[in-house]
Amino acid sequence: MSNDAKTMTIWQRGLRSDLIACLLIGLIAVICFYAMPSGLSLLTRIIAIMLLVLSIDLVTGYGGVATLGHAALFGAGAYAAGIAAAKFGITDPLLMLLIGTIAGAIAGFLSSLVILRGHGLSQLVLSIAVIMLAREAANKFSTWTGGSDGLSGIAPSPLLGMWRFDLWGKTSYWLAVILLLVVFLILRQIVRSPFGMLVKAIRQDPIRVSAMGAPVYWTLVKMYVISGAVAGLGGALSAVATKVVGLDALSFELSAEAVVMLVLGGTANLFGAMIGTTVFIWFEHLVSSVNPFHWLTIVGVLLVTVVLFAPRGLTGIADQLRDKFGKGGAK
Amino acid sequence: MQTILSIGADALAYGMVLFVISIGLSVTMGLMKVVNLAHGAFAMIGGYVASYVTQQMGLHFAVGTVAAVLFCVVLAFPMERLLFRRIYGAPELIQVLMTIGITFIIIGIANWLMGPTLKTIALPDSLRGPVDIGFRTIAAHKIFAAAVGGAVALGLWYLIERTSFGIKLRASVDDTAMAGALGIRTKIVYSVSFAIAIGLAALGGVVGAQLLPIEPYYALHYMVTFLVVVSVGGAGSIPGALVACLLLGAVKTTGSYLWPEFGNFFFYLAVIAIVSVFPNGLMGRAK
Repeated sequence: MSNDAKTMTIWQRGLRSDLIACLLIGLIAVICFYAMPSGLSLLTRIIAIMLLVLSIDLVTGYGGVATLGHAALFGAGAYAAGIAAAKFGITDPLLMLLIGTIAGAIAGFLSSLVILRGHGLSQLVLSIAVIMLAREAANKFSTWTGGSDGLSGIAPSPLLGMWRFDLWGKTSYWLAVILLLVVFLILRQIVRSPFGMLVKAIRQDPIRVSAMGAPVYWTLVKMYVISGAVAGLGGALSAVATKVVGLDALSFELSAEAVVMLVLGGTANLFGAMIGTTVFIWFEHLVSSVNPFHWLTIVGVLLVTVVLFAPRGLTGIADQLRDKFGKGGAK
Repeated sequence: MQTILSIGADALAYGMVLFVISIGLSVTMGLMKVVNLAHGAFAMIGGYVASYVTQQMGLHFAVGTVAAVLFCVVLAFPMERLLFRRIYGAPELIQVLMTIGITFIIIGIANWLMGPTLKTIALPDSLRGPVDIGFRTIAAHKIFAAAVGGAVALGLWYLIERTSFGIKLRASVDDTAMAGALGIRTKIVYSVSFAIAIGLAALGGVVGAQLLPIEPYYALHYMVTFLVVVSVGGAGSIPGALVACLLLGAVKTTGSYLWPEFGNFFFYLAVIAIVSVFPNGLMGRAK
């Protein structure tokens, strides 16, 4: 057995730990399903946002691109899936998800051409301009998008012709969980691949990477397309699950909150994105039912605290604890 | 022709208000390298203080303005010491997150103390009426805002380029360690510059309150606008910020006059075009 473990390649060992992580996520999903049958729509929303935060982790955590406009890709997916269903009668949920994913990838490609032109501050401003532009566009072309009223009339047909989208959101919940697991597995392989390593190297030192002869700009564009596909899938999932698409899917606020969730959880390990999203939205749900303005103050305090005391996020704290008390652990 | 002149006059007023508020941010961002998204929140605090002093206490507009600036300057020192000093030199995203956090806290507190309604600042009679400038009349407060903008631009230019404080500030920015070795107390220089920037924000908040009305979400609504102005102009450049404000004011006003539906659309298109071509801003220093 120990001999086996030695002869396993790094790749196989990684795959094994990914499968264990998937089992763990699946187990948590099953527990949540039985523990809170009335909260399934909240859980589905968490998973949809999780996909957005994972996609930000790809470009910000791994690639080092500073963006506050990533909801543009999420919104592109949501609106594409919604418009396909409401205006063209494409109601097959899997097809809607596919359309959302493609739309997200295209939006990722287009916005990366703009955003990657800047660095640091100018990059942030370009990303903000992109999300603002996308929102204005969606607001004005109201014959297609429903404008500020939101896009309604999305009625997905039963999943694979077998499972109806019920009132309690059971179908959409399981659909979301399966999507999350698939995306997680694929992304783990991508970030571990030579391509993923190259992206990490670009974050550490772009000049050196270009001196090595690797294309910095186009590698990041590629990562942005992948990231856009994931975010678009998240948007399409939220369109399928909630049956409406609103302008808030394309907002600066959503972009900023998603980055907060990522930093709260910890960047560049994919787990942080999932943990941060869960903690943030759960907390938001609890507090904002009391008073939305208190929620804003608490998010503010949370942000300042994280930046000052835990800049590596919750997973960073976990790593520190493991290094301190454990025997070294997996590292 | 009449339309062009009207657009020009409004664009000038709007641009100058933007300038008074944004120039402080340009100083923090260009000289101290802090992306302070809470800048608008300080402008909002200034507006609230002036509103309280002029409406609740019934004092004159000038008193309100001075009170607003002083209040924010006094507030700025402990905040710089406890919060901002820790993020000097941090990556932009970290600075953005922390200052958004501070903005959220200020919004929450402002709403709790002052309520969610719009607050107005009582103007003196001399600023209330319209003024005839030949081809049309303009509200006096707009001319006042433009004048304040011009005065601030000149004063700040003099302070940074011509006084010994300005020399110390520029030295501290270029090489903190070396400036310190030469006996410049860089921490104090940073604190004072930060306070000046915040004071300018408060002044802008008061002067611009007629165009950008004071309410709890003020800090969030205009956060992006101020940031955009600074990065278009080039962080740290006074003429750059002036050009950016007038240019973006013109784009926005022209857009709203001619295609009211798409005013913001043109604004952000212009931003993308300018920042793509000049990543350091129109007059920013290359890094």
